[in-house]
Amino acid sequence: MIDKKTVEHVASLARIYLTEEEIEKFSKDFKDILDAFSSLDRVDTENVKPSFHPIEMKNVMREDKEEKCLSQEEALSNAEQKEDGFFKGPRAV
Amino acid sequence: MLNRKRTDSSKVQELFDMQIQKVIEEAKRINAKYNLFVTINENAPEGFPVAIKDCICTKGLRSSAGSKILHNYVPVFDSTVAARLKKEGASIVGKTSMDEFGFGSFSVNVGVDFKIPKNPWDPNRCTGGSSGGSGAYPAISEHPKFTIAESTGGSISSPANFCGVVGITPTYGLVSRYGLIDYANSLDKIGVMARTVENMAYGLSIVAGHDPKDSTSLNQKPQEYERFCKGGNMKIGVPKEYFGDAVDEKVKKCVWDEIKKMESLGYEYEECSLPHTKWGVPAYYIVAISETSTNLAKFCGLRYGLSSDPEEKGFNEYFSKIRAAGFGAEAKRRVILGTFARMAGYRDAFYLKALKVRTLLIEDYKKAFKKFDVLASPAMPTIAPRFDEIDKMTPIQHYMADILTTPPNLAGIPHISVPCGFVDKMPVGMHLLGNHLQEGKIIQAAFNYERERGEIKYPRL
Repeated sequence: MIDKKTVEHVASLARIYLTEEEIEKFSKDFKDILDAFSSLDRVDTENVKPSFHPIEMKNVMREDKEEKCLSQEEALSNAEQKEDGFFKGPRAV
Repeated sequence: MLNRKRTDSSKVQELFDMQIQKVIEEAKRINAKYNLFVTINENAPEGFPVAIKDCICTKGLRSSAGSKILHNYVPVFDSTVAARLKKEGASIVGKTSMDEFGFGSFSVNVGVDFKIPKNPWDPNRCTGGSSGGSGAYPAISEHPKFTIAESTGGSISSPANFCGVVGITPTYGLVSRYGLIDYANSLDKIGVMARTVENMAYGLSIVAGHDPKDSTSLNQKPQEYERFCKGGNMKIGVPKEYFGDAVDEKVKKCVWDEIKKMESLGYEYEECSLPHTKWGVPAYYIVAISETSTNLAKFCGLRYGLSSDPEEKGFNEYFSKIRAAGFGAEAKRRVILGTFARMAGYRDAFYLKALKVRTLLIEDYKKAFKKFDVLASPAMPTIAPRFDEIDKMTPIQHYMADILTTPPNLAGIPHISVPCGFVDKMPVGMHLLGNHLQEGKIIQAAFNYERERGEIKYPRL
């Protein structure tokens, strides 16, 4: 089900470069892990609803009211790459 | 926020007066020997000492979740938990060691350039994880009133068991996750660890209760959980599946003997069955890695954390390189596998299937709690493994260590690991599970058991 090519493809979707060694190792790991996960096929879940949360949750709404938030200086304080009060990132196009 | 009356004012005053610098100096000596802290707070104010897991944000104090990708992250805000602790007079002496982002059961999956914490009972053995530092600190020092930990699939019970301290994983949503660097949103729970049930309950009283900043926070008022530290009798169920082949024989015997002793405290016990138990590990890992693969998308070297010159590279190349350099092996494994489990064609087979199995596990518990107040079992299937044993484990063998902790974590029910004896000179933990929001019952059972058991002689620095 999962070969080296698949690992490389999924890693690229997850935006993580892998070395040849990692691809080799993960292909083997993933086969073992997915085999173990596939054991769930044996559980009868006919008419069972999925639990996205362990306890029933209701959507929480609040009024669209202005509140105190971080200053620009605070928001930028953890960024090493910044310019003129903006985060600086790689060129998108 | 908490309008509590101090019943032990002289004791609290004594703790307040303790020179915090002495505690900091001791923390440094502990770290030199056991690597329990990622960061020690040199500027800790006077107050009663606590330590907080590194994945919980503390204003002005580095919070890296044990990961290189956040190695330089200094939050400009406090998590709700940290804010409530400070308001109550706590002094945060440090941020504790952990598996990177919580990805492990032994605290050996630390981030690149981070150190693996060692167990104070035997430094050749792991502390358990992922809250390894938060579990081991109260075992080696009497100074912390309690520590703050976090569990996704067993990360509080594992170190509590392996280090011989008590640890509570509360009901999902009881403690605000605001400011937690999350692992898996539908599973993450912040909890408390300590030497005694009373101190643990005191810690929970401070941090529990509704928080409008967390949309999954339950509508619960703060309460004094220490008031459950008193006598009472109740009915204990002992799930037979929790004493299966995967559990070490000596551990089984140790825990069973102690459960039987609870009869003299007025506790009745009876065997019961939770038939879906064995599906806990695969269901947990599928849900956890699926959620984590989306959560960790935000770590891309832009607004905080590890970065490099963005002008050198293209868009995807920049993110892929930063993430390759910043994530450790287990983080990469979980993010990539989680991405796979959510891909078109696989989502129904893995993710949705696992969520349905989670429903069955919850139903098992709901049935059991109609008959019993508390369920009791071992917390971990073995004593703390040695590092050379862990090195030989495959990822699946590693994941199987969570066989007893993943079902209650998937179900979001509260549970406590309380030390209940020793096997080969290493601590064993009794797991006490309660129904949703029944923290009081498991605290009461743990407190009564602890009183019967007597004091533990902890290792000295």
